[in-house]
Parts: sequence; structure tokens; C-alpha cells
Amino acid sequence: MSDDYEIIIGLEVHVQLATKTKLFCRCSTKFGAAPNTQTCPVCLGMPGSLPVMNREAFQLGLKTACALNLNVPRFTKWDRKNYYYPDLPKGYQISQFDLPMSEDGYLFISDPKQQFEAKKVGIIRAHLEEDAGKSMHDEAAGKADTRVDLNRTGTPLLEIVSQPDMRSPLEAKAYLNELKLILTYLGVSDCNMQEGSLRVDANVNLHIKNDGPKKIATPIVEIKNMNSFRAVERAIAYEATRQYDAWKEDGKTIGDAPKQTRGWDDQAQVTRPQREKEESSDYRYFPDPDLAPVITTAEEVEAVQQSLCELPLAIRERLHDGFGIPEYDADVIVNQGRVAVDYYEALALKTGDPKMASNWVQQDVLRVLKERDLEFEQFPISVERLTTLLKAIMDKEIDTTRAKDVFTQMLDSDKDAPAIMKEMGIEKVDDSAIDDLAREVLLANPKAVEDLKNGVQKAVGALIGQAKKKNPNIDPGTFRAKCMELVKDM
Amino acid sequence: MALYEASATQLLSQLESGEVTSVEVTKACLDRIRQHDSQIGAFLKVMDDKALAKAEQVDKKRKAGEPLGKLAGVPVAVKDLLCTEGEVTTCASKMLENFVPPYSSTVIKKLEEADAVIIGKTNMDEFAMGGSTENSALGKTRNPWDTSLVPGGSSGGAAACLAAQMVPLSIGTDTGGSIRQPASFCGVVGLKPTYGRVSRFGLIAFASSLDQIGPMARTAEDTALFLEAISGHDPADSTSADVACPLFSKTVDQPLEGLRIGMVKEHFGEGLDGDVEKAVREAVKVYESLGAKVVDISLPHNKYGIATYYIIAPSEASSNLARFDSAHYGHRCDEATMLAELEEEKAALTAAGDEVGLKRMDTSLIRMYRKSRAEGFGPEVKRRIMLGTYTLSAGYYDAYYLKALKVRRLIREDYDKAFKSVDLIVGPTAPNPAFAAGSKTNDPLAMYLEDLYTVTANLAGIPAISVPCGLTGSGLPVGMHMQAPALEEDRLLRAAQMFQKATDWHTKMPSL
Ligand SMILES: [Zn+2]
Repeated sequence: MSDDYEIIIGLEVHVQLATKTKLFCRCSTKFGAAPNTQTCPVCLGMPGSLPVMNREAFQLGLKTACALNLNVPRFTKWDRKNYYYPDLPKGYQISQFDLPMSEDGYLFISDPKQQFEAKKVGIIRAHLEEDAGKSMHDEAAGKADTRVDLNRTGTPLLEIVSQPDMRSPLEAKAYLNELKLILTYLGVSDCNMQEGSLRVDANVNLHIKNDGPKKIATPIVEIKNMNSFRAVERAIAYEATRQYDAWKEDGKTIGDAPKQTRGWDDQAQVTRPQREKEESSDYRYFPDPDLAPVITTAEEVEAVQQSLCELPLAIRERLHDGFGIPEYDADVIVNQGRVAVDYYEALALKTGDPKMASNWVQQDVLRVLKERDLEFEQFPISVERLTTLLKAIMDKEIDTTRAKDVFTQMLDSDKDAPAIMKEMGIEKVDDSAIDDLAREVLLANPKAVEDLKNGVQKAVGALIGQAKKKNPNIDPGTFRAKCMELVKDM
Repeated sequence: MALYEASATQLLSQLESGEVTSVEVTKACLDRIRQHDSQIGAFLKVMDDKALAKAEQVDKKRKAGEPLGKLAGVPVAVKDLLCTEGEVTTCASKMLENFVPPYSSTVIKKLEEADAVIIGKTNMDEFAMGGSTENSALGKTRNPWDTSLVPGGSSGGAAACLAAQMVPLSIGTDTGGSIRQPASFCGVVGLKPTYGRVSRFGLIAFASSLDQIGPMARTAEDTALFLEAISGHDPADSTSADVACPLFSKTVDQPLEGLRIGMVKEHFGEGLDGDVEKAVREAVKVYESLGAKVVDISLPHNKYGIATYYIIAPSEASSNLARFDSAHYGHRCDEATMLAELEEEKAALTAAGDEVGLKRMDTSLIRMYRKSRAEGFGPEVKRRIMLGTYTLSAGYYDAYYLKALKVRRLIREDYDKAFKSVDLIVGPTAPNPAFAAGSKTNDPLAMYLEDLYTVTANLAGIPAISVPCGLTGSGLPVGMHMQAPALEEDRLLRAAQMFQKATDWHTKMPSL
């Protein structure tokens, strides 16, 4: 990034709503079926067929709108966006044009690592539309064949358009992360980018700093084809440099060129100019005469508002304020989803040590999930069982290092910590035994005693090592304290 | 009386009493079609075998005393733009010449449930665009009263087969007058129901916000019964009215007391044929003799009806017809020829060094769309697609489409106001009787004026009916147009029945 310019970023996110059936017919939206097996006359655009709105899709749209602080107008309608494309069987897409179902909202983004300042990103609108099909181009063997799969046509999408409020690739990524998190908490989408449930286009240009009163803006570029958040981040960073170089080269500003579409080439890590859809300049939008407008009352919106689950931002605040754990910790836990939050909360309450619970969830639990490629729901140790281990640590029945061994054992058995500790021969050593052991080791190591007397703290490490060989169950902390205490009198 | 002359109501009573069987009735209709349809050309397809099989089945059910539908055993003709499962449904277009829908329209299903015998698919103007059935890509329909004349359109086949007494009931569709004007030209009854009264599911759309399927018959009674059979809310059509369907056949005989008839002064002005005017004025006198009161009213925005219609209908049509891109169904051009032409063009442009031309050249996909559509659609359809594309395009939307929507609202408001002081609005259905074939084919605007009196009912979504009310000096039928407030079909049918009880114009049929 450069100090010579500011990057202006707006994001358009298409979210596939988690309905079982399509937006205007009863065909399944399940991913991965054989081509053209999930179709009917309506989604194939057959002559005479008519769309009927899926109430559930509209309801999921309402839910999202409420969570993103969008206003839901009383009246919304459907429009036709007309263009020719082989994967668009009707020759138009049913979308919402001038009266979307929701508009003018916002989303807070922040970075626990403090790499940018927390901010409010405006959301212009979120509207419903149907997805198109998929064209598969097979240009192998000189045969430029295109096959069309219409399973996806008519799948409900919510298009969420942000204001150009983001100023760095990092902010863009944070926005996407937060949006995805909200959508998954709400259960309105599975947000699977590989399956196309979440698709992002980025509008990017630069405001170049100059001494004059007017800033210089470069032409806007819409970047498509990004299939991970990482790709979004990189594509924006690449595009910023490219636009700056282009401006230095040709001096073209926003007024000199229309919006261009570029595709992100993940392999080459560059954006490339993309061929526009044929005649995309004029979609000839008009109200779809086959669908009745939708009226939403204030009471309905209120009811949806009331039914919303607790959202990530609120949970973070609650964990931070209520349990006193750092914002960073709260963020890590919340990012794991609602199941992780519930797990953490229960663990914090049962152990009574929220920070310790947080450390264990963030480090040990997440490590295991990653190693074993599990979802949080699949984590094998229940809150109750993990509590028995954490209690043992708190009661100094086991030291942290050995607790990790017990933890590992617990993963593949359903025993509580005390049972496993017993099997492993771990038991609490009483104070008099520690006292005896400390005297014994100190007597055997006069050099170490000398060092400790002279304030060389690290000398105690070797003593602990020796003691552990004699009795692996000793608590290193207690043993250390005992040694320090005895040395004073020697 | 020959079986083919009988009305559906008469046939039903004969069927019920066992005087005749549905097979006999169906055969009578099929014979009549066989004898005369070469002259008339009302049918694109006659479904002999299916019809006879259905008739047989109904006869069996009746004999066994099983419950039967409202139209049990009565032959019905269907305009060829209603999707019929397993049967070619063409819209009289080359584009759909071989299109076999895998589903039936709701109306077809309702006819099947009513145990009607679907006898065939009737000719029409291509995609229901036209007022003379001369725009059919698949054949000409002639007026049974005089085969040198057109039957009207776009439901020309639907009207002609009734006048030729080939069938007692026939389904039409009406976007701007396409049921009523041919009914008027052929001397039969045609009703355009309230928008949403009859499900549009499976009706191959022309202009979705105006299209409505409706009954055509020779008597008001038949029309009432027929409407009853095809009406009702359909969850598959979200514009379908969610109201109970009245039993029109039960009320049709009740005369209307204290009827107030509105006469629109603008309807009796320039362009109206003298014989037509005379017949309509005489008909109104019949009502007066029955106790009705005539009130002069004004529909000031009616004069913008045609202009408004010819913006809204083509706009919707341009979008509705986009699906005929030949990729998924419909006519496709010969691809090898298309690709060869494209190569040839490319070579010529390259040789000429025409960089701009090369850049503008179609991709093979675009050329496939372009060529297939050029071959598949007739001139009137193309004209309307272009009109609609123009009026919806970015720079013109506000000036045309949006303005048309505003005028449409004013037209509706005119009606609302008028219906505060009158029960029915009565006038001529068309400005003239049937005209000579070919006389208007080169003058689309003259053809568009055929809808002068009828389009506003579509724009307002209200029901309207055309009833035969006289003959011109040269013996051609004249239709009286009656309009009522939304969902008041019942009023139209009762008024029509009052008239048919007092007169015999509806019994006059051409001799073939
Ligand atoms: Zn479907």
C-alpha cells in the first residue's frame, strides 16, 4: 500500500439463501445433483409457466435485513432484468430494481489486532433475486462446446450492496468475515464459497492525493471471480497498485472511462479485463407483471426483529464485559460460531475461571479441531468432562504440562479427568512430601543453593527437573515456592 | 335441430336424459369440421381420437351413474396458445411449430375435470398479436359469414368454429379485444373476464398484465356455464384473484332490475360504421323497453387507450418472448449454414480491412439467437418486440412505459367514477363489421384501431362481453360491447341473457 493514495472499496455480496426450494418454484436447491435434474417448467422458463414467490426466502431476506439494520419498506415489487444468455432461460432475471425489499443499513467492523480503526460500513441495499444457471464451456479438442446446467436457476439470492466505505483490503476482508458470521449465526445461508453460496464482487478505485483542492479519482473497476476472502484481499491489493501504475501511465480519471469489469486470476494473482455479457448496458428493467408486489407491515418486521438471535457483535461485548476476557479472545471464540460460544460460556461458568476456559478453548480445543478436521459440534470432550480437568489444574492436582497429556487421553475415551489421572498414576502430592523432596534436592545441589541465594532464579529449573524424576506428580509451582522458602534459611 | 346446431346447455340436457351420447355429439362436431373446415380454417389441429376416447369415457361414467363434471361430454375447442400436455402447442408461430409442452395449463386441467371433450386447437394470430387472424404462420382462417372476410382476431379460429357450428364452446384469450372483436365479427358471444378470474398458468404469455382467458359460445347461458367451469383461484398463478367463483349458470336467468346503462359519448363519434351504430342503438332500445335507464357518461382518458395499450403490451411482449431464443426449445436455425455465413462474413470483412465491422460481428451464439428468431417470428411479432424493446430501453422508459402506466391508472379511475352512476357501459364492440381479408395487412395502425373500444377493459382489468346485436345492411353480424366493474361477470351475463331472451340475433348463423 502506498501513502500516495487511498483505496475506495465497495462490495457486492450475493448470498444464496438456505431454503430447501427455489425462489419461484418448488424445485430443490440442493447442491451437486446431476445436471438439469432439479428443474421444472417454471425455472426452465417454459412458455406459459408462472413464478410463485417462496415465502420462506422472503422471510430469510427480512431476517438478514433486520440484522444489518436495514429499513424494510412497506411495499416492494419484482422487476425483470432483461438480457440474453444461454444460462438465463427466460431471457430475463427476476430481481428487484428501484424498490428493493430493504435499504440503508450498516455493519460494524473492527480488528482485534488493531490494524485498522473500528468503523461503520454503510449498506446501500439488500434485495432478492433469482440465480441464473451455469454454463460449462468445454473447449477441448477444438470443439467449442457449451453445456448448460439449469439446476441453479431460480435459487434465491440476496444481493447485499455496501457503500464504498472500506479503505483497505484488510477492511474489506473484515467486512466479509463479519457479514458471513452474521449470516451463519442467523442461519440464512451456509455461506459456502466453494459451492457458490457466497459470491463477492468488489468495486475498487483510488483517490490519489495531490496538493490541489480536488482529489483525483481513478476509474472504477469491478472485480469478479474471487472465490475466497483471501482472493478478495489480494485482488484488491493488486488492483490498487495496477490502477496507480495505470494512472501514472495514462492519467485517466473516473470521468474518462466507464466502469470496467476485471476477473481475478488466482493462479497468476492478477486481475484481467473480462468480456462483458452481451448487451449488458441496458437491462430494460420493468415491473414483472407475473408477480404481485409484496406488502410488509411494521408488525411483521417487528416480529422478525424480536425473533433474531444474539449477533456476533453483541456476543463479543458480552464475553468481554461479562467474563472479563480480552477482546481478542472474545473475537476468536465468536468467530468459531454459536456452538463454540455456548461451549465456552458453559466452561467459563462451570470452572469459574473465564480466562483459563478461554485459553483452553482457543488453544487446545481449536488445535484438536484443526488437526482432526472437525466441526465444533463434533468436539469429543463435553463441557462437563473438560471442567473436571480444569478443576484438577486449579486444585493443583496436576500441572499444565501433564494436563495436556490427560487432555489428549480424554479425546479418545469418555472418562473424566480424575479417572484418566488415576490410570496415569497422577495424584496430588501432599505438602510434607514436597517439603521432604525439596530439602533432599537442595542438599544434593549446594551450587544451586549458592546461585539461588545470589538471586540467580533460573537455577531452580534444574532442581525441579531432578525432583520430577523422583516424583512426576509434584506441582512445579508449589515445589519452586518451597525451594525458595527453604533457601532463605540455609 | 341437428346436433351441431345445439347449444352446450341443450346438449347437456339431451345427454342427461339419454337422448344422445357424447360420442354422437362429438362425431357430429367432427363431421362438421371435416366437411367445412377446409373452407374456414378454424382448426390447427383436430384431436379426433382423443376426443372420441374422452366422449366414450364420459358416456360410460354417465351410464354407470358416476359423478360428472359441469361440461360432461360437451365438445370444446381450445385456442392454440394454451399448453396442452403431450399435444403440439404452437401459438400459430413457426417458432413453436413443434413445441410439445410437458404440462397442461390450468384451464385445460379444469376442462378435463369438467369432463369436457377437447376436440382441437384453433387458429389465431401469431402469439395472439393481431386483429384478423391473418398473422398466423400456420394457415388462414376465414369468416364463416363470408369467406372473403376475416374472422377477426386474435381468437379468429375460436370465433369462426362457433359461427360455423363446428363446436358449441370455444376458449379464447383476450389481451386488447382478442375475444370480443372476433366474437363480434362472427356473431357469437365472447367474454373477457376480470383480470385474475381465470388462471393464466399455461397460457403462453403475450402481455402478462393484460392477458385473460375467456369463454366463447353462441348463447349467454352457455357462456355462463363455461366461465363457471374455467374460473377460480389458482395457487400456481400469483395474479389469480383469490375469491370464490360464483355459480354464473344459476344466476344468468335472473333479469337485472332498474338497470342503468352508460353510453359513452366518445364511442359514437368518428370512425364508427353507420350500420354498427344503428344496430347498437337499437339494442340499447331493447334494454330501455325492458325498463333500463340510459345515462350519458364520459370516459375522458379512453381516447388514450390505444396509445397506452401499444406501449404496455409490446413492452411486456418483448420480455415475454425473449425466452424463445431457440436454446432450450423452439425453432433453431440451421447451425452449419449459420456458421458458414459467419465465416464468410468474417473473411469478407478481413479482406476489406474493416476493423470496426470485425469488432461488431456477432459471436456464433448471438448469431444463432438472431437468425433463429428472425426465422421463427412473423412480421407483426417482430414489430411488437422492437416497439417494446424501444419503449423499455434506458432513455425512453420514463417517456413511454412509465407514462403509459400513469395513463393506465387514469383510465381505471375513469371507470371507477363511471360505475358510480351506471351498472353497465354499453357500446359497439368494434368500429366496423368484419373486413375483407388483406385489406388492412399493410396498415398496422388501421388494424390497431380495431381495438379502439375493447382495450380499455384490459387496461382497467374489468370484465367485458360482446353479444351479437344485429346485422349490417350486407348481412354481417354486429357485436354489442358491455363492460362491468371488476368481478361483476354475473351482471354482464345476466344482461346478455335478458337481451337474448328478448331478441333472436344470437340464433342467426351463416349458412355453409
Ligand atoms: Zn423449478
